[in-house]
Amino acid sequence: MFVYRAAYCSHRIAGAKIIKINRNPEVVAYCLIAPSVVFLCVLFVWPLIETALMAFHQPGRGWTAMHLQKMLSDMNFTVSLKNTLLLVAAVVPVQMAIALGMASLLERAPRGRSAFLYLWTISLGISDLAAGLAWLAILGDRGYFNTLLNMAGIVDQPVNWLSYQHPLALFIAIFIAEVWRATAIVLVIVVAGWQLIPREYGEAAEVFGAKPWQKFTRVTLPLLKPTIQSALILRTVLAFEVFAVVYALAGRDFPVLVGEAYNWQGAYQNTHVASAYALFILLISVAATFVYLKALKVRRETLS
Amino acid sequence: MRTPSLMAAVLLFCFTAVAAAQTTVVSTQLRPIEEAEKMRNVLLKGAADPVNFIPEDSNTYQTRMQAELAAAKGRVHVTIALEGELAPLDAMGGLTDVSDVIRQLSASRDFSAGSLELAKMGGKAFRFVPFLTNTYIMAANKKALNYLPRGADLDRLTWEQVIEWSKNLKQATGAAKFGLPAGPKGLLHRFFQGYVYPDYTGGLVRTFKTGDAEKMWADLRELWQYTNPRSTAYNFMEEPLKTGEVWVAFDHTARLLPALTEKPGDFVAFPAPAGPKGRYYMPVLVGLAIPKNTPDRSAAVRLIDHLTKPKIQALALQEVGFFPAVKADVGKLPQGTRIAAEGVLKTFGAKDGKAAKLPVGLGARNGEFNKVFIDTFQRIIIRNENIRTVLNEQARVLSEVIKAANAPCWAPDESSGTQPCPVL
Repeated sequence: MFVYRAAYCSHRIAGAKIIKINRNPEVVAYCLIAPSVVFLCVLFVWPLIETALMAFHQPGRGWTAMHLQKMLSDMNFTVSLKNTLLLVAAVVPVQMAIALGMASLLERAPRGRSAFLYLWTISLGISDLAAGLAWLAILGDRGYFNTLLNMAGIVDQPVNWLSYQHPLALFIAIFIAEVWRATAIVLVIVVAGWQLIPREYGEAAEVFGAKPWQKFTRVTLPLLKPTIQSALILRTVLAFEVFAVVYALAGRDFPVLVGEAYNWQGAYQNTHVASAYALFILLISVAATFVYLKALKVRRETLS
Repeated sequence: MRTPSLMAAVLLFCFTAVAAAQTTVVSTQLRPIEEAEKMRNVLLKGAADPVNFIPEDSNTYQTRMQAELAAAKGRVHVTIALEGELAPLDAMGGLTDVSDVIRQLSASRDFSAGSLELAKMGGKAFRFVPFLTNTYIMAANKKALNYLPRGADLDRLTWEQVIEWSKNLKQATGAAKFGLPAGPKGLLHRFFQGYVYPDYTGGLVRTFKTGDAEKMWADLRELWQYTNPRSTAYNFMEEPLKTGEVWVAFDHTARLLPALTEKPGDFVAFPAPAGPKGRYYMPVLVGLAIPKNTPDRSAAVRLIDHLTKPKIQALALQEVGFFPAVKADVGKLPQGTRIAAEGVLKTFGAKDGKAAKLPVGLGARNGEFNKVFIDTFQRIIIRNENIRTVLNEQARVLSEVIKAANAPCWAPDESSGTQPCPVL
């Protein structure tokens, strides 16, 4: 099958005639990834370039920084940047810690391991907005949480936790919803990485008398580093894009960067400023990725 | 093997043929699921061709229609949107002249003169066919009526009295019972553009940062103390009215109607209050327009004919709470709709009532124009910034938006000829 594909591929490259069956593995590899590269270029790189151009272009006025200026001087820009950064800084480390804890529990589970894994990753299958709405049903003023407080006699009437008047409660609500919704993806990555670690290392550590905590910090964690790096990059980039959960729980009361991009595109009908926001989010995501790559430098030999 | 695939191809062909015979309507109105279902199952029943009714969020509507209009082959036969939402599409040359349709339809029905005037969008030819009209009103739980200020007449309230009323309610119940639709999908910008700004200043753009405007914001700040703080999450006031979180609310009639029809015994509807400069209201007009690349114009005209029949227009009031744009016998209405209709008729008929038009001529800047008012509200009321400073800063933004759109003044602002409307 492989040879056949290679033959077909070289035939296409060479033109109309079959010249010879090319078994060069590099050519095969390029041929195999070509469709996805074309796909990405057409549906990802091209729109990306369009977006970048749009952020700096105004029909009839040529190149301009006015959209960038509009974004920077907007009343919600600083607030949304601050909120997004705070949320990323609070959510990502907690998710990482929880995911590591859950993964180590799974490792020890004598049986029913996959059942637990399925159960814990249910939230992966739920859309962001649905997750936000589910938490709205819990934390809203007529939600379960208020009912519970009321039954316990702590409050006599519903408290509007999700309003601009309680910024801390609002932040905590979004934090909890985000942790609940998106820890599973980190867990899946960590579990996958953990399974790749040969058991012999752990057993050797035990033979030398390492305590469980020592085994975790000295053996498992260093070997998990490449996995942690990818999980952190993926989760942080996604956290910069947080939107639907915030939108459902806080509406306008907790501006975030993607929310502002959405508003500029939808409600304010200015694609240029929306593009500037999109570009800005891309920029900080790239910066964060770069920081992770540098800070958690993985030596090549640990990869193999 | 060959027969099934042949059959599949035939079936697929039949299916596309059926799909092609459908008339496609993209609409920003009648979007809530109940209203959309009424549109599909009641108002569109008996239309000449099967109709594919697609409600679209007004935010995404503009993006979608721009893409549709730029497509080589159009798919939308008719589009239903507010006058203000159709304006940007018309500005980019997306709407066809429908003067012939209006002429043809006028033989069998009477369009109201006011809406016909608006359907020209400031030009000579008709850009859309008037479909439905509406306005914004107030609704109150009957329990709130006991706390009305002494001597206040519900149908002739002033903002001062509303502030006092809300204060009384808060003192009596311990909770803020006044509510505004200040959520992300709420229509709070219309509250400023058609109501409080004209009521207090007699204008909107020209008077944006005048002393009268300062007084208005100071009054609103006072009212906000007695306003349910969850207002920043309310999109449709019917919900908090139904649950009793809010007792007195301002909103678009269609967004209050579900509360009135579900609990007709609990609520009253009445015109929005008056300010020092009068009792302004904003008439809303929904239009039927034909995109320039409509796949089948005659199908579009057949649908417009159906939707503007007096019988269907009367049904629209009964079922979705929008008022007819043609003369129609509305017959016997359910109690909830009657309450809403009373509120609207009192608004249209108020002796001191004056109309404030929906923003005109802003084209693609409509969204940024609305943002000026929402941002001003956020800064003054929610973030508690200095009124004068905010007004001066936002006036600059407003002036830029108006200049970029090159929009002359509209009522209630005094005319500026063809010049962009100045912020004084």
